Amino acid sequence: MSGEQILRIDHLTMRFGGIVAVNDLSFAAERRKVTALIGPNGAGKTTVFNCITGFYKPTAGTMRLARDEGSEVALERLNDFRISKHAKVARTFQNVRLFPGMTALENLMVAQHNALMLASGLTFLGLIGAPSWRSAEKRAIDRARFWLDRVGLLERADDAAGNLPYGDQRRLEIVRAMCTEPVLLCLDEPAAGLNTRESASLSELLLSIRSDQGTSILLIEHDMSVVMEISDHIVVMDYGVKIAEGSPAMVRDDPKVIAAYLGADEEEAIAVMEAGP
Amino acid sequence: MASVTISAPEVKPAAAGIAFILKKAAISAFIALVLFSLMVGVRTEAGPTGQLTYWTRFGELAALVAAVFAGSIVIEILRQWIGPAGAGALVPPALQHAIKTAARLVAPALLLFTLLVPVIFYDQRYILDLGVLVLTYVMLGWGLNVVVGLAGLLDLGYVAFYAVGAYSYALLATSLGLSFWEGLPLAGILAALWGVMLGFPVLRLRGDYLAIVTLAFGEIIRLVIVNWQSLTGGPNGVSGIPRPTLFGIALTPADDGLAAKLGIPFSPTHRIVFLFYLILALALLTNWVTIRLRRLPIGRAWEALREDEVACRALGINTTTTKLTAFATGAMFGGFAGAFFATRQGFISPESFTFQESALVLAIVVLGGMGSQLGVALAALAMIGGFELFRGFEQYRMLVFGLVMVLLMIWRPRGLIGHRAPTVYLKQAQTISSDLVREGHG
Repeated sequence: MSGEQILRIDHLTMRFGGIVAVNDLSFAAERRKVTALIGPNGAGKTTVFNCITGFYKPTAGTMRLARDEGSEVALERLNDFRISKHAKVARTFQNVRLFPGMTALENLMVAQHNALMLASGLTFLGLIGAPSWRSAEKRAIDRARFWLDRVGLLERADDAAGNLPYGDQRRLEIVRAMCTEPVLLCLDEPAAGLNTRESASLSELLLSIRSDQGTSILLIEHDMSVVMEISDHIVVMDYGVKIAEGSPAMVRDDPKVIAAYLGADEEEAIAVMEAGP
Repeated sequence: MASVTISAPEVKPAAAGIAFILKKAAISAFIALVLFSLMVGVRTEAGPTGQLTYWTRFGELAALVAAVFAGSIVIEILRQWIGPAGAGALVPPALQHAIKTAARLVAPALLLFTLLVPVIFYDQRYILDLGVLVLTYVMLGWGLNVVVGLAGLLDLGYVAFYAVGAYSYALLATSLGLSFWEGLPLAGILAALWGVMLGFPVLRLRGDYLAIVTLAFGEIIRLVIVNWQSLTGGPNGVSGIPRPTLFGIALTPADDGLAAKLGIPFSPTHRIVFLFYLILALALLTNWVTIRLRRLPIGRAWEALREDEVACRALGINTTTTKLTAFATGAMFGGFAGAFFATRQGFISPESFTFQESALVLAIVVLGGMGSQLGVALAALAMIGGFELFRGFEQYRMLVFGLVMVLLMIWRPRGLIGHRAPTVYLKQAQTISSDLVREGHG
């Protein structure tokens, strides 16, 4: 591995009673790169995500996030909302979790909560309508407008998020995560349920987020065309352990990976073998 | 509404035969027979020597069952005649448009009317008192709306904060001699503190569990008030609570009273009118603050919390403090209302703060449409005003009340005004249909 690491996971283990969902997993994600986490269903990928983003407290192991200025954050010691607030790790969910009764624009405004909360003087400045708050709110709306435009949802900014088509909801969830200005963006199956054209535009969006915003991306995905196209590094999991790691080309030809996919699902194995350039 | 009402396609449902209608009516009649056979069909009474006497009333029973049978047929025929489109087809588009335009004027018209009530009904003390009562519940409804409607936290013990506010002001005024205007903010702050104290232990709970704990909290407060005799006077309550003053000028017939200063003859109505405008101002303050808060990050976080708590956490929102602020804000308004209640009554006792009050305020919020300010005001008017309207029919009041509740829940399951207005928009604010807005999960 070359380049600067943004996330280093060492000996991560997560047990639920007698079930070991993740067993002694170690891998690293590089800054400004796309790292994909793949594996058959039930391999423990989402559990890893839930540990990284603070929804689970890992049984053992360390997760170190490197900040821009060089200091490190121990993610396993932060919990809940603090990972997003202080460590700047954002995530999306396998089953889209938008605020359905709020408009697309409002969804993006909620994502800027912490910055806006300070700008509104913990509500008090906002209550009296202070000019500093008004300008901060305007900037937040502009940021939301920028991201909506980026995914072609500007026209639907005032529509309820729950009314948007599925593909739009997926993209809105990604830009909502981006509105928190993350250094690491964790995407849980962003291409699930998308058609070929939508998958292609998703790949494009993720690559542009990586290059324009400089956000590192950690990706769980089953759609091999997306994984092979945009990943710089792939980690393959099966039954909670890492079975392979490397560049897309290396992973594609790894017999252990093929076996894991064949054992689980023949179609997916063929997809692994056939996908790619 | 954002959604355009599309006229239903002209497809008549397969006209159900007479057999179907009769069968349906027969089933309804049978259910009525089972229900009423004991309730109406048999009459029991204690005889002259204490023994049980009973006689049958099959005539009445038969009449009831026949009425249900006939009614069922009429309803079914009407339903087939109107068709599945329902109200959309019944009301012509022009009228629908007119209703929409009129709906926008409801709030300003209602406010104007409320401002004029003391002028119009100056010599009708009963109406003025009723107005004060309705406005008190409007304020309580708006306060609870922050917790239940915006943050989606089901609070069955809201009366606790009302009680804390009332007792705070009553005790501060009677023992320390604070005036109403000094006591009011303190009552609000104390109630907010209790809101936070309640919030802490129950934050981990959701849905039904939260509701039960808040219910218990409401009872605990009441029982403490009943039993802590040395402080609260126990069941005897607190009396001699000072009346509010117009910035230091008392509304009494005394020489330094308002009437004497203005050089007009004293009338007890002055005080009622003053109370009316006082509670109106307090309620409008509640409304203004709530509307402002909704457009601030904290208010959006409340609504986001109602929509999806997990997503909130993933976005770095501290759900604990967000819930606590919702509890505290709602409790503060409850405390203000309580202080007003204490100064209006001049006497308070634990009997005024029973669970029934909590249930009533919650019913107002739910009937009005959770999160809707106008809906809550209308519901408070309908519930409290309606209660008074049916005072003559003491026996049937609750029956009518229950029937109206059931009908409203069928007709408008999300309350009178169930849709949601967005807090920020780029081009045009579109109301969000109620089936997208979530109720919250505790």
